[in-house]
Amino acid sequence: MNAPSMLEVSGLTKRFGGLVAVKDIGFAVNSGEILGLIGPNGSGKSTAMKAIIGIEKPNSGSVKVDGVEVAGWPSHRIARLGVGMVFQHSRPLQRQTVLENITLALLQDSLLHVFHNRATEEQARRIADRVGLTPVLDRLPSTLPFADLRRMEVAKAIARDPKVVLVDEPFAGLTSKETGTFAALIRELRDSGHAILLVDHNVKSVAALADRVFAMYVGERIAEGTVEEVMRDETVRRVYLGGKLETAARKEASFADRATPFLEVEKLNVFYGKAQALEDVSLHVHKGEFVSVVGLNGAGKTTLFNAISGMVPYSGEIRREGHALAGQSAAAIARGGIVQSPEGRDLFTEMTVRENLDMGGQHLEAAEAKERIEWLFDLFPILRTRQKQSAGTLSGGEQQMLTIARSLMMNPDLLILDEPTLGLAPVILEQISKALEKLRQTTPITVLLGEQNVTFALPHADRVYVLEHARIVWEGEPARFASEIGAEYL
Amino acid sequence: MKKQLSTLHVLLISAVIVAVTAVLPFFVSGYILGLLTVAFYFGVFAMAWDLLFGFAGEVNFGPTFLIGVGAYTAGILDNLYQPPIIVCLIAGTLAAIVAGVALALPALRLRGPYFGLVTLVAVLILSNFVVVAAGLTGGEIGLTVPDVITFDANTNYWLALGFMAVSGAILYFLSRSPLGLILQASGQDPVQTGALGFNVSKHKLAAFIVSAFFSGLAGALMVFYFGVASVGTFVDVTVAVQIIVAAVIGGRRTIIGGVLGAVFLIGANEALRPVGDLATFIVSAIALVVVLLFPSGFLGLLSRLRGEA
Repeated sequence: MNAPSMLEVSGLTKRFGGLVAVKDIGFAVNSGEILGLIGPNGSGKSTAMKAIIGIEKPNSGSVKVDGVEVAGWPSHRIARLGVGMVFQHSRPLQRQTVLENITLALLQDSLLHVFHNRATEEQARRIADRVGLTPVLDRLPSTLPFADLRRMEVAKAIARDPKVVLVDEPFAGLTSKETGTFAALIRELRDSGHAILLVDHNVKSVAALADRVFAMYVGERIAEGTVEEVMRDETVRRVYLGGKLETAARKEASFADRATPFLEVEKLNVFYGKAQALEDVSLHVHKGEFVSVVGLNGAGKTTLFNAISGMVPYSGEIRREGHALAGQSAAAIARGGIVQSPEGRDLFTEMTVRENLDMGGQHLEAAEAKERIEWLFDLFPILRTRQKQSAGTLSGGEQQMLTIARSLMMNPDLLILDEPTLGLAPVILEQISKALEKLRQTTPITVLLGEQNVTFALPHADRVYVLEHARIVWEGEPARFASEIGAEYL
Repeated sequence: MKKQLSTLHVLLISAVIVAVTAVLPFFVSGYILGLLTVAFYFGVFAMAWDLLFGFAGEVNFGPTFLIGVGAYTAGILDNLYQPPIIVCLIAGTLAAIVAGVALALPALRLRGPYFGLVTLVAVLILSNFVVVAAGLTGGEIGLTVPDVITFDANTNYWLALGFMAVSGAILYFLSRSPLGLILQASGQDPVQTGALGFNVSKHKLAAFIVSAFFSGLAGALMVFYFGVASVGTFVDVTVAVQIIVAAVIGGRRTIIGGVLGAVFLIGANEALRPVGDLATFIVSAIALVVVLLFPSGFLGLLSRLRGEA
């Protein structure tokens, strides 16, 4: 077993401006082996994968494919050398059939290649057969079920028999039955000698497939080994589950609006084309309550919040104080006091901190706005010192604080926080965490928090919902979380 | 089923239409022939543009930059030295390609609307240059060339028709070839196309060169048809807009739709001449309606009707 690895990565670093997305990462994958690259949202795993195939140019480090140094090459050359990538989202050629889409992947990268070749088409048929697409060869991609579209992406990626196959979130959007067949397909690829890198959020989703797992967190390696070893690893447990939980949950019975909760979501269903993003989701939030929705990336949290904010069409019902919100525009819902602080922050980056806050307080009287800004500066002291700086120059944590502060300027009845911890270092999380705790104790505000970071989501929560593959799978007090469902979270 | 017509079928049908069109000089007036001659050159402009927009996914707001460089280079050369016309045509075509590459190399590095903006600015620079360098280009008055290919309206008509037919056949063939497939993929999802092993910039640049070749050659030919080159006919932004409208209402991603669009635009403008200035307004309104209601254009509409039948 001393054969050189098919894929060998060492010292890989990728920076975006001041943000180090991938920091000195190194691993190796042999042919006939599956390595699971895992990490929570914003951990840099996708960036690492893109740097391997050259979509992102690494700032430093080495990427060797079958012994050839490819770091810094453009992606088409790396692909030609023998790397295929299965994209999570792709835009296939909509006016061409499945067969033609696969044929595309087999074409030469030459401007002189102007005649269609029957042999290429035959080859495409064989590849389609291998991934199980033969029955739908002549259909257009837009008429295919989602699982078949994923197969087509696999067919394209393996068309030229690459040595290394990268798969981005292999099971996102698939039902559990489809997941099984898809896993079998990936296993078959491994057994035929490909070196495979699976990128996913947690150990659990790749456990059944991966021979080894490499775990990342905020750009750095935190653990590596077999599935069992990584699941036992202390750092991994802390990142995904947090340390000892100290919760201060208030009993649900203590809220005054027991009969008609402030916000009720009933049997909510949302589709994006063919993929079901939410399935029969029901939940409620009482006035003054702090509710966390915990779920991995892609579980449907953002979709849920966007539905509540009136930004995506849905079936089912969403009621505020007993009245249906359906039919109201997103702007009307926000003015009515349901304010969403979006994932990814969406600040006006060219404007100063102060101007961003003023934007949020547009509708307030001048005196009231001033008072509110003072209060926010007490809540997030760092923002006071950064007032005149443009928002784009703030660090990630400061931007997050500003996003929350801007939402609070709108004086919300219900504040929806979508993944505020995205890509933030632990020390920053603590600051935001403190501010949320202060908010909870000193104001009557109602909060609905969406998080994949359990450590962050549980301490403040009165109640917790767990969202998984578009469905609510658990509801309860934070204290029961670790014992009842925590293991699912590694 | 909604199966697309095969390349061979389309070429055959087009050949029949071209053959029928070729006998028109025996039946219609020289005036109509003149209109159609211009429409055919216009059709080539629109087809060359569609290769970039419909396939490479790049909106070139400056088709007249390529056309103008081709036309003026050919015209100025003829004016100064009177070499054989064929030399002027070749020079014009080459100049359009060189100018096209000089423009595309930096512009293709930009993403989104910036490519379009750069091409738009190129048109403005060219039309300014023509005005400023009046000694060479004839400026705002226009450049009169001493030679024309022929004075015979029929010959001019056949030349334009033949040129359009050959250009259309080549461009259509390219669009349906493996190159066209890669080009479409590059336009639709450049990141994934790169990861599939295709040099996206190379393919887009090649498309730009092909587009520049046909635009430049058509521009140069048109100069020797009109006997005069002016900013208003070859360079102006309004001409560019008309070419784009012709391609879009004819049918995006169809190549040959551009000819339909061009004939329609020029025909409609002419038919509405009695209403004076209102003609432009009415044609624009029709174009707007087509784009809004049938974004896939005449040919798209046609294939939809066929699919439902």
